[in-house]
Amino acid sequence: MMNYLPNLIFAVILVLGIGVFARNVQRLIRNIRLGKKVDASDNKAQRWKNMAKIALGQSKMVVRPIAGLLHIVVYVGFVIINIEVLEIILDGLFGTHRMFLEPLGPAVYGFLIGSFEILAVLVLVAVVFFWLRRNAIKLKRFLSAEMTGWPKNDGNIILYFEVVLMCLFLTMNATDMAFQELGSGNVVSQYIAGWFSGVDENTLHIIERSAWWLHIIGILIFLNYLYFSKHLHILLAFPNTYYGRLKPKGEFNNLEAVTKEVMMMMDPNADPFAASVDDNEDEPEKFGASDVMDLNSIQLLNAYTCTECGRCTSECPANQTGKKLSPRKIMMDTRDRLEEVGKILDSNKGEFVDDGKQLLGDYVSHEELWACTSCNACVEACPVSIDPLSIIMEMRRYLVMEQSAAPMELNNMMTNIENNGAPWPYNQMDRLNWANEK
Amino acid sequence: MSEQLKVPTMAEYTAQGKQPEVLFWVGCAGSFDDRAKKITKAFVKILNKANVDFAVLGAEESCTGDPAKRAGNEFLFQMQAVTNIEVLNAYEIKTIVTTCPHCFNTLKNEYPSLGGNYDVLHHTQFLRNLLKEGRLTIEGGQFKGKRITFHDPCYLGRANNVYEAPRELIQKLDAELIEMKSCKSRGLCCGAGGAQMFKDAEPGNKEVNIERTEQALETQPEIIAAGCPFCNTMMTDGVKNKEKEGKIAVMDVAELIANAEDL
Repeated sequence: MMNYLPNLIFAVILVLGIGVFARNVQRLIRNIRLGKKVDASDNKAQRWKNMAKIALGQSKMVVRPIAGLLHIVVYVGFVIINIEVLEIILDGLFGTHRMFLEPLGPAVYGFLIGSFEILAVLVLVAVVFFWLRRNAIKLKRFLSAEMTGWPKNDGNIILYFEVVLMCLFLTMNATDMAFQELGSGNVVSQYIAGWFSGVDENTLHIIERSAWWLHIIGILIFLNYLYFSKHLHILLAFPNTYYGRLKPKGEFNNLEAVTKEVMMMMDPNADPFAASVDDNEDEPEKFGASDVMDLNSIQLLNAYTCTECGRCTSECPANQTGKKLSPRKIMMDTRDRLEEVGKILDSNKGEFVDDGKQLLGDYVSHEELWACTSCNACVEACPVSIDPLSIIMEMRRYLVMEQSAAPMELNNMMTNIENNGAPWPYNQMDRLNWANEK
Repeated sequence: MSEQLKVPTMAEYTAQGKQPEVLFWVGCAGSFDDRAKKITKAFVKILNKANVDFAVLGAEESCTGDPAKRAGNEFLFQMQAVTNIEVLNAYEIKTIVTTCPHCFNTLKNEYPSLGGNYDVLHHTQFLRNLLKEGRLTIEGGQFKGKRITFHDPCYLGRANNVYEAPRELIQKLDAELIEMKSCKSRGLCCGAGGAQMFKDAEPGNKEVNIERTEQALETQPEIIAAGCPFCNTMMTDGVKNKEKEGKIAVMDVAELIANAEDL
């Protein structure tokens, strides 16, 4: 019985780790579904292609070559080294040791582990560069107002996590005497093994076991850290690029609720005294968005996917010229408010209780919204197909159509369009005068 | 030079029972703004020279609703759109060309779901097509060897992925096309989009058009070419702000071609 104790402990830790993660994923899905339903069942082939190219293929990351290449190293390292995690889990459950060695043979197994070791070193190097970029080089996009406190720490914590996991992986291999004696695949760990030459066999075994356990426990902690971190992008980049915009970036959606009313106003046969067409609708649809529930599910998925890289903000013309608007902050605000709403649901048995707060005003100011030129630079810059502009537009719609709160000059412009069909006060009858002017 | 422009209207065409090849959507800036009117005229001169069978709506044209939509006023936008679509559909319009990327984007992308389906072209695309079909020839003339940088309008470039048509035209002038450090999909906005044209900017440390003008000046151009009446205004103001208006001209691609052809 005692022989199975490690297996049992392992199984419990594994179930616990994955269980808590599953619960977080459930909460994530529930929160994303608070958004309005949106039909994205079109163009499946193109959507899969986008996912393969942008998320799997990292095509937009390399627009900025330095950060892009470093990221690919960490990404490839992360994905490939996870094959080793599969072995670790199976070993842990069955009480075996390096169970893939026998079926694969020393040559293939050695090749795999050797690749993992090289990747681990590359990841370590990349992480050092990333740390320097965030903390020493003072890159502008990591110094914005929204990048203080938790977002800044979060970025560093993940880097430290990577360092610890990679070191544990290499130590585990270096102190595994049987593996070292195999002489295949220990391309990096053989040099680390030298550091332990004076250590007796028993201690070495204890170090190896500790590194093994800490490594897998570390991975499970990392898995559960994701939900609380910008690092969710490693999972959500895939659905997010799938659901990303396929239409031209300049095409803003036409609000259907508005179309209904406009068509009725334009229809000479419509009865102006008739009751609303939708008798079954208890209240008229709200125009635009003042809170996260008014946004659609893809926009909320966008918010959770954002990894706060700030490429959007650094390309934003308003931000570049010192205005308050930062598309990254729009995404972070949306996510933070959504999390807040989620917590209200958690503590009220799934019912939303008005907390007197909303996305517009309490998180995003009017000043930020009106600074946008709708140029789509943020949308173009995002490496994972996030669309901050659509959220800005929804809030402008709310401000203008629900609150009549446009800046005065824009009200003048709109009055002109309404009265004379141009944003300036010229007569529509004079539209062809240019043809006869000298 | 001062030959009278031929600008027939749709009403005139219909009265004669004819249908033009293309409708020229002039837009509000092109109709009323003094600087933009020059672009409109330059384009018409080229159309006249190439014997393009076109018409305008004249007093029947109204704002597409673009600035209202970007400002958040979906109601006003759709009212404008539906009204315009009624006119366009009554004239059975199939193809539209416009010198304004904002009109271009709205007509092309946002009208179809409201019942307005047209083949919409930006004037640089239309001129390139004329060139390909041999209906228009361009000679370098006065622009030969001149340093010209092209500022991508957001609503032509990023919004609709049209980057090459204006560049092909500039290269036809035997000019030296120099790219700014941020161009094409990474081109910086002029600062006018999203209804910003009609309001003061929010507090900051610089105007967007100044930033963009500085980027353009880095290429040491003789001419800054644009493809949008609003970009044109913003870049012209930027050049004036830098006191370079005597040395550097801001011109629409249509004006470059009309001037090259001595129209």
